[in-house]
Amino acid sequence: MTQVILDSKAVNKAINEIAKEIVKKNKDISELAFIGIHTKGVFIAQRLLEETAKLLKANPEHIPFGTIDITLYRDDLDDFGSDMPVIKDTIIPFDISQKNIILVDDVLYTGRTVRAALDILTDFGRPKCIQLAVLVDKGFRELPIEANYVGVKYESKENIKVECVEIEKEDKVILLK
Amino acid sequence: MSLNRKDLLGLEHFDKKDLQTVLDSVKPFKSLFTRSVKKAPTLIGKTVVTLFYEPSTRTRTSFEIAAKRLSADVVNIAVNTSSVVKGESLIDTGKTMEAMKADYIIIRHSLAGAPDVLARNLNASVINAGDGFHEHPTQGLLDLYTMYEKKKKIAGLKVLLVGDILHSRVAKSNIWALTKMGAEVAVAGPPTLIPSKIADLGVKIYYDLDEAIKNVDVVNILRIQLERQQENLFPSVHEYVELYQVTKERLGLAKPDVMIMHPGPMNRGIEIASDVADSPAAVINEQVTNGIAVRMAVLYLLAPKKRQLRMTNDELRTAKNN
Repeated sequence: MTQVILDSKAVNKAINEIAKEIVKKNKDISELAFIGIHTKGVFIAQRLLEETAKLLKANPEHIPFGTIDITLYRDDLDDFGSDMPVIKDTIIPFDISQKNIILVDDVLYTGRTVRAALDILTDFGRPKCIQLAVLVDKGFRELPIEANYVGVKYESKENIKVECVEIEKEDKVILLK
Repeated sequence: MSLNRKDLLGLEHFDKKDLQTVLDSVKPFKSLFTRSVKKAPTLIGKTVVTLFYEPSTRTRTSFEIAAKRLSADVVNIAVNTSSVVKGESLIDTGKTMEAMKADYIIIRHSLAGAPDVLARNLNASVINAGDGFHEHPTQGLLDLYTMYEKKKKIAGLKVLLVGDILHSRVAKSNIWALTKMGAEVAVAGPPTLIPSKIADLGVKIYYDLDEAIKNVDVVNILRIQLERQQENLFPSVHEYVELYQVTKERLGLAKPDVMIMHPGPMNRGIEIASDVADSPAAVINEQVTNGIAVRMAVLYLLAPKKRQLRMTNDELRTAKNN
């Protein structure tokens, strides 16, 4: 059984709200950069970047964009045995130092993915600051990590799935029971 | 994503899906090389032992760098050829390494099948870094990846292996991998250095290099093992150079975008003309770089299971008593 938490309209509204917050807190666009965490975080980061550019009347192509895959930094690789997770490429084609990085993921839950992403960014350099944006915060953290920008809070240990136009043809957030 | 095995012994037993799994995994590791910190914590706390019963610089170094970039601890053991060594003492060496908690054992041995013997007797992941004239699977994989990276496909590629096929484990691993991925593979060299059975693997045999090189996409040149000349397998180096050296002129017969490969170490002026080795068509240094990324991918894909599962009975007893 699935239950829709956010429909397509609500997803877009949430992204717009987050973009507004980002603009409010980051006055200097020359220092702004977006990095999405694979897989869904990448699509949401791309859209946040475009919305933010629109609000600032800037050319989106002038805002640096990168992607992160956390697999090589996971803390549970020992549990996989012979069936290892698929690795995607980490591409950060700009110098992250002196940047205010907006790190983006679809769902924030235990905080372990974000921990790994922070470690990767540290290996790339020393950004001015890192701010975390997520579409859904489902609570039950296992690490002391919080997001700066949250689309919707929905406390649950159930499986929450974010669907995107880019993959599933429609934007929505659903609860899988 | 899985190779479904604990060891990498040869590409003979790899199917197309396994090969594709490796090809798809390499790029993220290669991306690490362009960062200021080239290391990831993936294999932190794991121990890799390189056990080389034959001399090697590049393969051993490549494995060592690959393991270190994944944060594993590496121990290198060089064994003199003179102490080789009956089956039993090989297993004992392996067991000793395992008692020292080695998670991976990377072995090179002059006897074909030595890695298999080790693999059957140990829990550690065994990786074959060259066994006799049998296989050198990571070289096969890195050659395959280099072709895939440059030509964007393997199926339909015309690949020519030139030189000493008989004594070349690199050639065998190349043939297994390339034919399974749908490449058209041919070999060229003196009749004494080409086993006639090789045709059974689905490769074409040529004794005339000018004929063989026509329209090929890739030429992979194997090292002439000069020590073989004493076995009278080819009349003279001079004659070999005349008939089988890959030269600019001969490459004129291949496709215009032909790619030149060599697993190293090269004998410039013997199997490969010096200007060919330095030409833009040569990807020999790229092969070395890719070798590290491919070996990182292999170490990752064979990653050992949880440590608790590998405790011996004695250790479990001690742990309980404490």
